[in-house]
Parts: sequence; C-alpha cells; structure tokens
Amino acid sequence: MLSLIASTISILAAAVTEGEGLKAIGAGLGYGLAAIGPGVGIGIVVGAAIDAMTRQPESAGTARTTMFLGIAFTEALALIGFVVFILLLP
Amino acid sequence: MRKGENLNSNETGTDNTAPEREVASDLFRRGVIVSPFLLVICLSFWGLGGLACGAIALGIVLANFLAGAWVIEWAVRISPQLLMGAVLGGFVIRMGVITGVVLPIRNSDWFDIVPFAAVLIFLHLGLLIWEMRYVSATLSYPGLKPRAKRQK
Repeated sequence: MLSLIASTISILAAAVTEGEGLKAIGAGLGYGLAAIGPGVGIGIVVGAAIDAMTRQPESAGTARTTMFLGIAFTEALALIGFVVFILLLP
Repeated sequence: MRKGENLNSNETGTDNTAPEREVASDLFRRGVIVSPFLLVICLSFWGLGGLACGAIALGIVLANFLAGAWVIEWAVRISPQLLMGAVLGGFVIRMGVITGVVLPIRNSDWFDIVPFAAVLIFLHLGLLIWEMRYVSATLSYPGLKPRAKRQK
C-alpha cells in the first residue's frame, strides 16, 4: 500500500513538473470524489443489512444475499470513477 | 432468538451457509462462460493489446467479486459487528489493488483504455443484472427448485 502511495505521488510529481499538474490534480480529485459516493452507499447497505439480521436472524441469508448484490452494484460507481481517473491521468 | 444468545448461532443460519459465496461462484461461472466472446471481440477490434486489456479487466472483475464475498463470509463468521469495518476496509483495499495493477501498465504501448473500460464496466454490471434475475426469483419463490429431467 505504501509503495502504491509512493508511486502515485511520484507520478503526480512528474506530471506537475511537466506542466500537466492541473490535469493530474483533477484526475485525483475526480477519483476521490467518485469513491465517496460508493463509500456512503456501502455504509448504508451494510448498516441496513446488519439491522435486518439483528431484527430477524432467521432471514440473515436473504439479507446477506441482498447486501452482497447491493455492495457490488454500488462498487460499479467506483469502477466508473476509476476508469475516468485513468482516462484523465496524463 | 433468546436474550444473550449469540447472533452466530446455528438457528440464524449465518455460520453454516454462505449465500454471498454462492452468488459470487455463480457470477464467476457466468463470467467464465461469457469470457471467450468478450475476448474474441477485444481481439477482433483492438488486436492482441485489446485482448490483453480485456483479459486484465475480466480478471479484475471476477477477482473483485470473489474477494468481496470472501471478506463478507469471513467477517460474518467472526461477528456481524465486524461486518461494516471489514466491508468498507475491503472496498478501499480492493480499489487500491485495482489502481496498483493498472497504474504501472497504463502507459505501455499495448494498453488500450477502450477495451479495458468496456469490459470492466459492462461485464461488472452485466453479470450483476444477470444474477439479479435468479436472486429475485429465489427471493420471491423460496421453495421453487429446478425439476429433475424425466427419463425417457
């Protein structure tokens, strides 16, 4: 994880020195903003699933199935943000 | 559920069954089924570079599903209270891993963003929509099972 952060910083530093800093900053901001929405969404989905499992433990399997699909659908937004990040990155 | 009883007891069905693993296995199986068609399309439109990009995106999508299911299964087995942290932490780590896989290769000559993005997004959403049909039918008709074929 640290090497990933270091490589990202070095890429951004190289982009800044080559005069494409704003593009790199925009890409990073875009990815960060695109990850906020799915983060909030996953929190809501998992919170609701835990609530359902606690209230009705006998239907925990149903809640977990629905939760997994909800998480996967929400993650699609983050993947779209990632693709935009790769497209914008100089 | 009686007072003070653990939520992970067998009555809840949380530790003997792993529905998310079954869903992820289904998604993986269907992804493997459609992968030849996707890879042929990538090869025919974008050449060998497109084939490699499509294969990487395919691997990312399928590994992402399996990893997500494994994290949920692992966290629920320990404690439902761990679920929130494990899922959100798993999401951040998986996004970091995907970024770490793609960033080093994105400036390669053979890397093409179009097949990569198309396979990544459309396969992810397509597999989920395909799976949703079966999951919604199972939730609506819990007792419905496929009939055994008649012997002629």
